[in-house]
Amino acid sequence: MSNQKTRTLSLSQRGMTFEILMWYFTRLSALAMYALILFGLIGGLIMGARNQMNFADVMRWAFMPNVTHVQSTDVPDIAPWASTFWKLTASALLLVAVAHGVHGLVVIADDYIASAGGRKIVRLLSVVMMLLMSAIGLYILWTS
Amino acid sequence: MGLKRNVSLLTGLRYKGQGPMLTFVLHRIGGLGMAIFITIHMLSSFLGGKGGVFVNTIYENWAFQVFIFFCVLFHAINGLRITILDLFPKLIEHHREAIWIEWAVFLPTFGIAALVIISTGLGG
Repeated sequence: MSNQKTRTLSLSQRGMTFEILMWYFTRLSALAMYALILFGLIGGLIMGARNQMNFADVMRWAFMPNVTHVQSTDVPDIAPWASTFWKLTASALLLVAVAHGVHGLVVIADDYIASAGGRKIVRLLSVVMMLLMSAIGLYILWTS
Repeated sequence: MGLKRNVSLLTGLRYKGQGPMLTFVLHRIGGLGMAIFITIHMLSSFLGGKGGVFVNTIYENWAFQVFIFFCVLFHAINGLRITILDLFPKLIEHHREAIWIEWAVFLPTFGIAALVIISTGLGG
């Protein structure tokens, strides 16, 4: 099959399934998390982390830019760290990370559960867990 | 229990997957470690109370911090290697070299950080 011909086929004809979609999602969400963490790191440094926080606290902020992660540092005014801008960034990171993580757990479970029915139950539970953890995370981020 | 393997456990343990197999296993351990930690961390800050305080004493322990830092750093660096190789399939030819580069980045970064965490943990 020539390259030209493959390109004219529809996605499903090229074998695009949910599993392949999630294969792409896992890799692209990893890049997205790299970008968001770097974004949080640079943002923290711009807001004065260099003089007011130690390295562990800066990383804690970068991995999840939630204001409670800077409350025990020497930052004099936490208002800029609690802005809607950072809450939106943290929400984006949360949703991407929860989806990436829950799908990872499904991949691991698939390797050890021999019955098709068992794998289906795990998939159902994973959707429930994903929605629940996303909701809890958003609640924590927007009420802290 | 109901699991049927084509090979015995002993044969499985003797499987010599070498470098790539090691990164696969460590990637799983790191991912699971992070998933469990983040779930407990979110639930404890959501529920609060005595349980939350107890969980915090575990997080502040230096041994736990070394473990979770290993999980995060290895999963992140190995994940970046997988992503790069998968998105540029021509590079898969050099996957063993890529794993060597991965260790060259991971070991010094983790080693220095672990040394600092342990020395502060023990020295106060």
